[in-house]
Amino acid sequence: MTAAVETAAGPLPVQYDSLERQHATARLGMWVFLGSESLLFAGLLALYAAYRFVYPAEFHAASAHANLVIGTANTYILLTSSLTVALAIHATRRGHRRRTVALLVATIALGLAFDVLKVIEYAGHLREGLAPGDYYAFADLPARGVVLYVTLYYLLTGLHALHVTGGVGALIWLAVRAQRGAFTPHSHVALELGGLYWHLVDLVWIFLWPLLYLIR
Amino acid sequence: MRTEPDYLRAGRGIRSWLLTRDHKRIALMFLVAVTLALTLGGAFAMILRTKLLYSGPWLIEPLTYNRLFTLHGVVMVFMFMIPAIPAVFGNFALPMMLGAKDLAFPRINLASFYVYLAGAALALWGMIHGGADTGWTFYAPYSTTTPTDVAPVALGVFVLGVSSIMTGLNFIATTHMLRRRGLRWHDMPIFVWAIYATSIIQVIATPVLGLAVGLVAIDHALHMGIFDPALGGDPVLFEHLFWFYSHPAVYIMILPAMGVIAEVVPTFAKKHPFSYKALAYSSLGIAFVGFLTWGHHLFVAGISQFDAAIFGVMSMFVAIFSAIKVFTWIGTLYRGSITFNTPMLYFFAFVYLFAFGGMTGIAVATTSLDVHWHDTYFVIAHFHFIMIGGTLTAFLAALHYWFPKMFGRMYPERWGLVSAALVFAGFNLTFVPQFLLGNAGMPRRYYAYPDRFHVLNVMSTLGAYLLGAALILTLVYLLASLRWGKPAPANPWGSRGFEWRSPSPPPAHNFVVPFDPAHGCYAYDRPPPDEAPAVET
Repeated sequence: MTAAVETAAGPLPVQYDSLERQHATARLGMWVFLGSESLLFAGLLALYAAYRFVYPAEFHAASAHANLVIGTANTYILLTSSLTVALAIHATRRGHRRRTVALLVATIALGLAFDVLKVIEYAGHLREGLAPGDYYAFADLPARGVVLYVTLYYLLTGLHALHVTGGVGALIWLAVRAQRGAFTPHSHVALELGGLYWHLVDLVWIFLWPLLYLIR
Repeated sequence: MRTEPDYLRAGRGIRSWLLTRDHKRIALMFLVAVTLALTLGGAFAMILRTKLLYSGPWLIEPLTYNRLFTLHGVVMVFMFMIPAIPAVFGNFALPMMLGAKDLAFPRINLASFYVYLAGAALALWGMIHGGADTGWTFYAPYSTTTPTDVAPVALGVFVLGVSSIMTGLNFIATTHMLRRRGLRWHDMPIFVWAIYATSIIQVIATPVLGLAVGLVAIDHALHMGIFDPALGGDPVLFEHLFWFYSHPAVYIMILPAMGVIAEVVPTFAKKHPFSYKALAYSSLGIAFVGFLTWGHHLFVAGISQFDAAIFGVMSMFVAIFSAIKVFTWIGTLYRGSITFNTPMLYFFAFVYLFAFGGMTGIAVATTSLDVHWHDTYFVIAHFHFIMIGGTLTAFLAALHYWFPKMFGRMYPERWGLVSAALVFAGFNLTFVPQFLLGNAGMPRRYYAYPDRFHVLNVMSTLGAYLLGAALILTLVYLLASLRWGKPAPANPWGSRGFEWRSPSPPPAHNFVVPFDPAHGCYAYDRPPPDEAPAVET
């Protein structure tokens, strides 16, 4: 066995002949994973499409009770956070460690703000009785058809919020590593992967926002 | 050159196994796990078949019967059939066939094993605790309203799906990025093509299954009513989501099996495949068309005639690609120098059973005929011909084919041939009567049946016992040869395959000397490359 090649992030795994190869492989793996994730949401969106086709009027009426203010605010928050994470990667490429950490912390804060607003929004809906399935008790609209919109609203935004929260966890880990100097201008693939994942989270929301909030 | 220990002896102690990153060791751990799953699923099948010796109530309660066929399906499909060949033999052989020292993401590979265990534990716990009685298909609205414990079983299936995605992702990245320098796509063994096509299905289709069964679990636990007609929902949508995965999942089960066969045939016919490209691209063809056929499960669920016709025709395209493969294997045999070792005998069993299962697949893809056969034993017999006749025989072929490489021991050839013949006989005796039962109108999943079905049911049960005995025999002699088998040479079959150019068993990083891809993996018209040097034992 030949001696292991040392890199900034420890020894290079034996199956790779260069760091570039390892990074390219990691990126490919992430893209495949994101493709797989998209299909997870695609299944739910297919359900949405089918039910909206059957109940167009009910979906229209139900979406009028979505909280457009919070939904729109969250859209801006997530778009901004995608910018900050992209800038963090840019800062790493330029070798600015402190700026990287600051931008990652900003991204984390925006992600958490999204979650907090989402919880406030859920609480408001539940107070009104806009609850999924059997728990639906919203007096203004009859259950049939409308409850499907409400259930899908919770499933879609809930699954998305889980991804936001998971992404925040990953960003915290990345921020700690960035603070410790694990990323160099030429070796920061973990940060890139975190950024890619965060963009997916953002992108999914770009679909959810019009489908759930803007159809009225 | 310094000698190094083989991968089985590279580290000692239980920790060196449980925390290993070596794809070969992870493959062996998966082998143990899927063998346990096969044993468990087989045991349930034996109880079911024993019950069906008599129509009347005996041996088990009807509810227990329902739980057992659900358990049989869930264990066999999600814990045995889907991971069996990719996670065991794909894991073991794919990196070696590419000349890689390991998979692209060894930690994800190890994690996929533990995720598999967690999913299996969750599903089995749910089964013991309350036991789902929905069948492995979890059809709504029954699955969301039955009082049995559907949620943990469905979540277990979800978790098993995550493991499957991790495996697929690893294989895709490895195939693209870790091929040995000079090894082009068209130099890769056919098995790699098959596993690659399978992996694409795994990463694309599995999340949709995860979503569908996840929704059933949530619905059952919280009454969300997403498929509940009382709240305006549509149960047929569940069937769409479920089969969007579960039909391609059939190809997750059969494509790797075809890959195994494509390695076995050239090796034991000592001949280049009749058409390399036909075998390689037909795998991708099946993977692609397989995504567009799911509607043939819904012919009687109220889809339009137009949809049904499209799905029927798309399903028949699969048969074209499958037939290309079968004819290519047969063409490979022509003027080959054939030796009848156990893997080769399994190939003959495979071709017969797969062709039979495939042709009946065309029959049930025909909309008018399917109305007659839908939900009868005809369908049961059809998919067992593909799943057992195809996947299980290929699994056994692979096990015997790579056994010397994996363990450095030879299995007893005579016992291998005898048990292969018994598997084939037992299988036919089990499932041929089921075609007749189904055609005569016996529905699947029924606890009782009219007297006129008695003889065929008894035949089927006796066949199942024979099949079970043959599998136990296989297990016994394979376990015995781990200890008492003759030491295996590096290349006992005289194969040209890349993985055989390493010692048996291989060293931790697979090759003592990197192989030369210029000497192709099917170059039977040239003398074999040098024997791999022995390693210290």
